[in-house]
Amino acid sequence: MALASSDNAVRSSNVARFFIYLVLILFALFYLLPFGIMLVNSLKPLEEITGGNMIALPREWTIAPWLSAWSTAQIGVQPTGLRPYFINSIAMAVPAVAISTIAGALNGYVLTKWHFKGATWIFGLLLFSCFIPFQIVLIPMARILGLLNISGTTYGLILVHVVYGIGFSTLYFRNYYAAFPTELVRAAMIDGAGFFQIFWRIMLPSSGPIIAVCCIWQFTNIWNDFLFGASFASGGSAPMTVALNNLVNSSTGVREYNVHFAGAIMAAAPTLLVYIVAGRYFVRGLMAGSVKG
Amino acid sequence: MGFLDINNVTKSYGAMEVLHKVDIQVQEGEFLVLVGPSGCGKSTLLNMIAGLEGISSGEIAIKDRVVNNVAPSKRNIAMVFQSYALYPNMTVGKNITFGLEMQGTPKSERDAAMADVAKLLQIENLLDRKPGQLSGGQRQRVAMGRALVRNPDVFLFDEPLSNLDAKLRVDMRTEIKKLHQKLGTTIVYVTHDQIEAMTLSTRIAVMYDGYVQQLGTPKEIYDNPANLFVATFMGSPAMNVLNAQLVEMNGALHARIAGSEGQQVNLRIENAPEAYRAYVDREVMFGVRPEAITDPEGADRNARNIQAMTNTVSVTEPAGADTFVSTTLSGRDCIARMRADADVHAGQPFEFAVNMDKAVLFDPKTEDRIA
Repeated sequence: MALASSDNAVRSSNVARFFIYLVLILFALFYLLPFGIMLVNSLKPLEEITGGNMIALPREWTIAPWLSAWSTAQIGVQPTGLRPYFINSIAMAVPAVAISTIAGALNGYVLTKWHFKGATWIFGLLLFSCFIPFQIVLIPMARILGLLNISGTTYGLILVHVVYGIGFSTLYFRNYYAAFPTELVRAAMIDGAGFFQIFWRIMLPSSGPIIAVCCIWQFTNIWNDFLFGASFASGGSAPMTVALNNLVNSSTGVREYNVHFAGAIMAAAPTLLVYIVAGRYFVRGLMAGSVKG
Repeated sequence: MGFLDINNVTKSYGAMEVLHKVDIQVQEGEFLVLVGPSGCGKSTLLNMIAGLEGISSGEIAIKDRVVNNVAPSKRNIAMVFQSYALYPNMTVGKNITFGLEMQGTPKSERDAAMADVAKLLQIENLLDRKPGQLSGGQRQRVAMGRALVRNPDVFLFDEPLSNLDAKLRVDMRTEIKKLHQKLGTTIVYVTHDQIEAMTLSTRIAVMYDGYVQQLGTPKEIYDNPANLFVATFMGSPAMNVLNAQLVEMNGALHARIAGSEGQQVNLRIENAPEAYRAYVDREVMFGVRPEAITDPEGADRNARNIQAMTNTVSVTEPAGADTFVSTTLSGRDCIARMRADADVHAGQPFEFAVNMDKAVLFDPKTEDRIA
């Protein structure tokens, strides 16, 4: 009987399965170890770290390093903590993600459902923008930001990230909408819906998974970006990544490792949060198109 | 002038013409079916009527208004798609009224129209569901509801039954026909299924290779096919087409066919059209439908000219209502459709009765009907 034999197959592989899980768990621990050490040390007084024991749990638990990193630590020359820079990063990443995602969705919609001459070329050029190294555009971009009079501001960073993000977001949405039934668009045209009505009422409501994928991707990239942040936003408008660097490199007094660890976790937290909240869509979005919507 | 006029319409993609000078006048209340194999241009023509594809040359007019440059939504047409194309994010009710909403119809009128249509199609209990929660047949109804609610001049159907299973397809076919009889609307319907074409239409346009091969009532198409393509495409099993020679014997024309044992089979033709004269002593294609070859007892009593022929039976296939009998003529399998209880056995000679009233001849070169 097929059922019995498949049952046996499962049982006979139980030993193999045990080892597979053992190895997987070891790998997971290995990867989690740095984060664990960061977390543990961010909750210790500095003396415990300088005393030489990084691995051990704190003898005295404290959230003082976190409070310091957030609001009083020395960033460059100002004792402001990371808070203003965290706000800078939010003010940069949220609009940049939103704008590049919406623009990508519109591009994908036009490229797949409103074919025009040269569409393939334009898509090719947009794709090409995904592969241009950041360093190449630094100087031209600085010039343009200067001309627009937004150099050194959060607006400038938003523009840079939107421009860079459109390539990827277009790629995502184009491929998603290529599998979107064109008959739906045609039905809506016959029903009298216009270009934007079809987009808002028909396309976007069915785009949940790909919007999640696009947002995760853009948010992670934009939040973690250091090069553009360091190049185009100075001083008070620097993003979190640049501020973290300044925190760690501040040369006055003793090196407060516990504060540095707390700051680093703060800088990483939003991307982690985005993955936890929307991560399951990520896999779903990558699989999209295999099943007709 | 008809209700829907398709005047010398062509469609080209670059230098390639895919639809050649199509000319069809559809009267009000007519059910026109465009039928043909895939790639014949039938869906392209339908999309051109809908306004989803441009017209390269010629004119399409609805109610005497040329619509070549009119947007799909302004042509007062409605379309049912093969995939149903229901908006997945909207409820059935929203799906049905979306078109009215886009046209700015007030909500009270929309709801009234939706209630009427839902009642007509018996989908009142589905109005709050999403399309994903419906079965194929229910989706089909909703798609028709979305078309009906707009009260259009012309309904366009693009292979609406192709995605349904066999039984449901037959049921929905009947339902569409009932709906047409009840509402008397003008319908243009695309299908590749010749049975759908025969059962539903008031007129059929058989298309192949971008040409309308023949336009006529189902009976005209079936009994008097214009050419070999129409003859073999329409009907299931297909019309038997045999190589034959047209000869004159005893003052009458005969079709001479090679039998299974090398013997000559001569089938007398009565009331031969004048055109046959030119083909005497020449090769012709002899076409006869399976139901016109029977056992002698099962032959059509109203037939004027039934010719007997004796030939060896190669296979019998009882199909319940009928028995299909294969026999080899002019080197090909020829299928006869007989009563279920005809006394016929494989491997034995049998006397077939051929109803020559229904036989047709084709020119072997042009493949056009000789008449």
